[in-house]
Amino acid sequence: MNQPRTGRALLARLAVSLVTFWVIVTAVFFLLRLAPGGPFDGERQLPPEVEENLRAAYHLDEPLVVQYGRYLGMLARGDLGPSFKQKDFSVNELVASGAPVSLTVGGLALLLAVAGGIGTGVRAGLAPGSALDRTLMGVAGLGLALPSIVVAPVAVLVFAVLLGWLPAGGVDSPAHYVLPPVALALPFLAAIARLTRGSVAETLTEPHVRTALAKGLPAGRVLRRHVLPVALLPVVSYLGPAAAAMLTGSVVIEQVFELPGIGRYFVQAALNRDYTLVMGVVVVYAAFILTFNLLVDLAYTRLDPRIRLGGR
Amino acid sequence: MTARPVVRALLGDGLARLCTALLAAVILLAVAGPLLSPWSAEDIDWAALEAPPSAGHWFGTDLVGRDLFTRAAAGARVSLTIAAIATLVSVLIGVPWGAAAGYLGGRVDTVMMRIVDVLYALPFVLLVILLVVVFGRNPYLLFAGLGAVFWLDLARIVRGQTLRVRQAGFVEAARAMGAGPATIIRRHVLPNVAGPALVYATLTVPGVILAESFISFLGLGVQEPDTSLGVLIADGAQTMESAPWALVFPALLLAVTVWSINMLGDRLRDEIDARSGSAGHAGTRGSYNLRPARHGARP
Repeated sequence: MNQPRTGRALLARLAVSLVTFWVIVTAVFFLLRLAPGGPFDGERQLPPEVEENLRAAYHLDEPLVVQYGRYLGMLARGDLGPSFKQKDFSVNELVASGAPVSLTVGGLALLLAVAGGIGTGVRAGLAPGSALDRTLMGVAGLGLALPSIVVAPVAVLVFAVLLGWLPAGGVDSPAHYVLPPVALALPFLAAIARLTRGSVAETLTEPHVRTALAKGLPAGRVLRRHVLPVALLPVVSYLGPAAAAMLTGSVVIEQVFELPGIGRYFVQAALNRDYTLVMGVVVVYAAFILTFNLLVDLAYTRLDPRIRLGGR
Repeated sequence: MTARPVVRALLGDGLARLCTALLAAVILLAVAGPLLSPWSAEDIDWAALEAPPSAGHWFGTDLVGRDLFTRAAAGARVSLTIAAIATLVSVLIGVPWGAAAGYLGGRVDTVMMRIVDVLYALPFVLLVILLVVVFGRNPYLLFAGLGAVFWLDLARIVRGQTLRVRQAGFVEAARAMGAGPATIIRRHVLPNVAGPALVYATLTVPGVILAESFISFLGLGVQEPDTSLGVLIADGAQTMESAPWALVFPALLLAVTVWSINMLGDRLRDEIDARSGSAGHAGTRGSYNLRPARHGARP
């Protein structure tokens, strides 16, 4: 691989990611402020002077553009600001306490979906049309149709309430980290299995694979060296969107399993107009997804030498 | 057009027949369900609060004694309507976008598809949730927001198809006769990419149904007294220990709907792919020997 060119292209990719990040932050910032209502119209009517002071203390009395500039400045220093609603906490503290839980659940789910999905898909794809293939893909089809909002409550009912094998919610022990990632991963595992299956079956018919087999190479080696690197390309490019969707899905999973992650802040904070907390969650999600996409792009160039970052 | 052989091929296939039958049953339930039941979606049967399925209440009743069969039918109606409208929105955005990018090519194409690539990686449902929270529970906004999320796949597919059509003799002829890009896209490109676009549009329907149920599950989508499959599943999950039927029937309905559309869409896509050599204008036939353009392979 052409190293200097790859390095420069990587920088270009990084720049695109930063621009995307800025677009997200800007869009969410102004979207939130366009909404009617504010963080201090609570259940109890505050005296006008008090509200005035509060607004001044949080700089909400300044013009929107000034507030926006202030927020970007804070963000550049890694400061997500104070939470408007949870008064004793900064958003940094809230995110720092919740993000490890969310990322653990999301990371485990991603691992499960990739390992299980590729394993299943390769099995099925090596024998297209066989009974095994039909069975696995039938199950995968069902998995796609069962969203986490169905799987998660049913899993709690069966494994926690009826069987009592696993805890229903919380994060006190490793056993608490079994059901949430499984419930989150299932539809993605099914999607990856189907994608892999189609791709493997198609790659098997390609000339370079038939040549390798005709030369008498062992089947396992052909699979590892000649089939998988080609067949996994579509799977790798699916990982970016899948990771984004899994993070979104964690909002529901955290609610069902009562996990103290950052996803459960999202809806509540948006309803409360806790501007900084919503922004904080979005910033963390966006940073994670964009980093992950960069890694996916890198993996892509590794797998397929024809594709170089930068060149078309 | 190729509609007739495609339909015939599908009818010859047991799985596709099963899916069609299931889908027809779901649609029938959504349209005629409330007429079949003596209860309306809001009637309360004080004699049967949280009652299991019986002759009087086929799917049982919920916590406050409403007939779940009627509510499931009403929910399916709402979910399918939202899916249809959002899919229409995604077609209206994605098809012109993909056709323009593919036909104009070059720098315009690069920029337009790079925008799609960037949007593709965003946690868009989060933005839809924000939109809904921020601008109130306006259902039209939900439709529009969901449609605006789901146009990306369509844009990619249509662009790929357009790249193939662009080479065709009749497009060249139209260009030689002085037709502008807008005219060529409207008169020659769109009719030729309509088939695949339609198939991929059916594949976005289950995605929208799932997204709507997700948002409603969080309590942000459809509001009482209206209902949707997502709302029913969320309610059912609350009471599943004492009344599992309140979760089972809506969940089953959702799964059956999504599964049958997925399967049918897959079969349709396979048919269209296998037949793309004969799709559209007779004049394009020769040009389909070209290697199909794939945008999926990253730049």
